[in-house]
Amino acid sequence: MPFEPVILFFALGLLAGIVRSDLKIPGVVYEALSIFLLLAIGLKGGVELSRHPVATLVLPALVVVGVAMLIPLVAFPVLHRLGRFPRADAASIAAHYGSVSVVTFAVASSYLLSRGDAAEGYMVVFLALLELPAIVLGVALARKGATDTRWGPLLHEVLAGKSIVLLAGGLLIGWLAGVDGIRPLDKVFFDLFKGMLAFFLLEMGLVAASRLGDLRRAGAFLLGFAMLMPLSGGLLGVVTGCLLGFSVGGVMLLGTLYASASYIAAPAAMRIAVPEANPALSIGAALGITFPFNLLVGIPVYHWLATQLHGVL
Amino acid sequence: MNLPLTLRKLVTVICEADLEAHLVADLTQLGVRGYTITDARGSGAHGPRDAAWRASANIRVELLCDEAMAQQVAETLHERYYAHYGMVMFITDAAVLRPQKFSR
Repeated sequence: MPFEPVILFFALGLLAGIVRSDLKIPGVVYEALSIFLLLAIGLKGGVELSRHPVATLVLPALVVVGVAMLIPLVAFPVLHRLGRFPRADAASIAAHYGSVSVVTFAVASSYLLSRGDAAEGYMVVFLALLELPAIVLGVALARKGATDTRWGPLLHEVLAGKSIVLLAGGLLIGWLAGVDGIRPLDKVFFDLFKGMLAFFLLEMGLVAASRLGDLRRAGAFLLGFAMLMPLSGGLLGVVTGCLLGFSVGGVMLLGTLYASASYIAAPAAMRIAVPEANPALSIGAALGITFPFNLLVGIPVYHWLATQLHGVL
Repeated sequence: MNLPLTLRKLVTVICEADLEAHLVADLTQLGVRGYTITDARGSGAHGPRDAAWRASANIRVELLCDEAMAQQVAETLHERYYAHYGMVMFITDAAVLRPQKFSR
């Protein structure tokens, strides 16, 4: 079975959107589902983290975040010079690709789980850490030479944004509660997780279908970029994970993190920090192409790469 | 009994939901005494805005004020947001019962 069944819900949403079905998931349900998923992912990571001495994570975390910065630093000149995108658009798209997608990570975790592979639970810490730096870098690239950037509101927008608050909050609660403490909450947060993910993916399919029109306007270059960039990022993540000595599952998850593009934190932050960038381009590429690409093609590829390179590097 | 009615300005702003926090900060800074925000959907220059998720959601901000304040609000928002954001603003007359509530 090459597909994770939850991915079929995404396909259903996509199909419903394409045939213009009247299916619509209310905005409040989308909000509620994303709150649930972020909290559950944070909690799960926190519980795993409670089994590890946190100090041993500092060095790998620095490496993971440092290497991840290569993604926007490579994506920006590719888009700006080769793709002839204006500076603001190139920087904004680069920030989206440098940041991460929580749901792609969740699907990759489910994929691993259904194959019986384990991964380091603390990968969630990297998920939380990788959200912000690329956004800051993207704004710096867009604003090169300008001195009027208001960093305070931008940092507030991301750090106080729901994805960081819930992920980091969930991590902390899970870490404090530990395995036994979290057990009474298991049924809600862990047993229901996959069902909720299925609902969320159905909605993401609908949203992705609505962005397909943007891509027709964006052109072939961005289309190619939205597929080659995750593959390059995935390879970078797999290599980095191998060198850091992660398990096959951990290597694959890091590949997925580097390959994924943000469509929750980055769009909101870039909209405010780089208003002249066209959000249709960045969101269209990240959500219209890269997100489905990672779900359908990327995740199995990163898993295959991880099994091939693990132990060799 | 006829209640006395006085004319004030009703400023209506329809814009991207992402701007809400910034708009509220601007209005507070200008000294606006009250406003109402509702979620909105529709379609326009930025394509369909179906509110399926935050990036495609709109809000509608309404505030009652005197003419000078309406002018100030219009100028400020025009200067800060019109160039790069999806925003429509219009000002109409509105008859109110307690004019002192909507004056500086």
